[in-house]
Amino acid sequence: MTNATLPATLQEIKEEFLALELRDRLQLLLEFSNELPELPERYRDHPDLFERVVECQSPVFIFVEVDDDGIVQLYATAPKESPTTRGFASILAQGLAGLTADEVLAVPDDYPQELGLTEAVSPLRVRGMTALLGRTKHQVRLKRGA
Amino acid sequence: MTVGFDDSAKFAEYAHPERLVSTEWLAEHLGDEGLVVVESDEDVLLYETGHIPTAVKIDWHTDLNDPVLRDFVSGERFAQLLSEKGISRDTTVVIYGDKNNWWAAYALWIFTLFGHEDVRLLDGGRDKWIAEGREITTDVPTPKAAEYPVVERDDSKVRAFKEDVLSHLGSGPLIDVRSPEEYTGERTEIPGYPTESALRPGHIPSAASVPWARAAAPDATFKNRDELEAIYKGEAGLQDGDDVIAYCRIGERSSHTWFVLTHLLGFTNVRNYDGSWTEWGSAVRVPIVKGAERGEVPAA
Repeated sequence: MTNATLPATLQEIKEEFLALELRDRLQLLLEFSNELPELPERYRDHPDLFERVVECQSPVFIFVEVDDDGIVQLYATAPKESPTTRGFASILAQGLAGLTADEVLAVPDDYPQELGLTEAVSPLRVRGMTALLGRTKHQVRLKRGA
Repeated sequence: MTVGFDDSAKFAEYAHPERLVSTEWLAEHLGDEGLVVVESDEDVLLYETGHIPTAVKIDWHTDLNDPVLRDFVSGERFAQLLSEKGISRDTTVVIYGDKNNWWAAYALWIFTLFGHEDVRLLDGGRDKWIAEGREITTDVPTPKAAEYPVVERDDSKVRAFKEDVLSHLGSGPLIDVRSPEEYTGERTEIPGYPTESALRPGHIPSAASVPWARAAAPDATFKNRDELEAIYKGEAGLQDGDDVIAYCRIGERSSHTWFVLTHLLGFTNVRNYDGSWTEWGSAVRVPIVKGAERGEVPAA
């Protein structure tokens, strides 16, 4: 099934997960977790600039930029002891990179449920990623209006 | 019992010293015949980032909870799971995990429902092992399948249901192990966990508030016996011989307190109410108290 509003990278990530057995999906999530980029220099010493996403089981902080052309960039940080949360943040950071604010806002809210992770990591945990997407959209709306 | 006990002096003070092993003990016994080490964490991927050598993973969501009913797995599923992990009925199982053994204690409590006899916690859990610079590995063991019998879960001794709590009200103490904000009703969920919410905030009338992590020292080990007595008997007012019910939000934090009361302090009739606040706070017409006072049990 194709989703008309799903941006290409998010679609690829989804297909990558769904092509795998349950056990291997966890490994892929771990790879994403390890790929979560370091924060840009300008944010590293400014934890005050980040919004904490309290819906996630582990502390995760996000920062969203919208540049003059309306292009969105998501930065996130979460502790090494929380690889699942890091993995969720990494999927969104990669999947949303370079999209316009409108495209980000059009991403279906249930995208996290479509990755085939609910069985592998449990529905409850996947809700953490849903919250992360929701917070990201919220910040996009705020920053775009600014 | 196939593997000897840890006879360290700290544990000897507890009611059941055989339920704990130290990191030193485990480091010496890794690979012993008859011992299986199990990691059980909150984060489903933490084990994959590195674990104690030989340890297998059991996840509380995906392995121990029934995928459909709000209940634990059946005897058949439990037997299948343990067989796959190389655990037999007489295996010594040492469980450890993140966050002061929060989820490890939950797994141990579920093993207890199935009557697995020799199941112990690693004092200090994953954090202490790593803090001490001990070996970790990403090698996932492939245990030879073991024979584990299908055992009916016994929910009558260490598990309480809502009806049990209702009939316990007024006749025995309750321990609420959630955060103070959840207890008073300021919030319905643990800070950071609003997805496991309830419709009404507050606590069960007469319950004493003892947040679960008070039983843990800064290095994630259990506090010593004197300190624990001061908290649970001194402050909370429990007395020897009391029948106690502990609860939290879904029964995981209260498993930790159940372990402390049962195995470290020697209470013989402690039950964990796993329905906990996500059930009680959403149930129709059960009594609730808001605020910092324990509150009175309403007349029947």
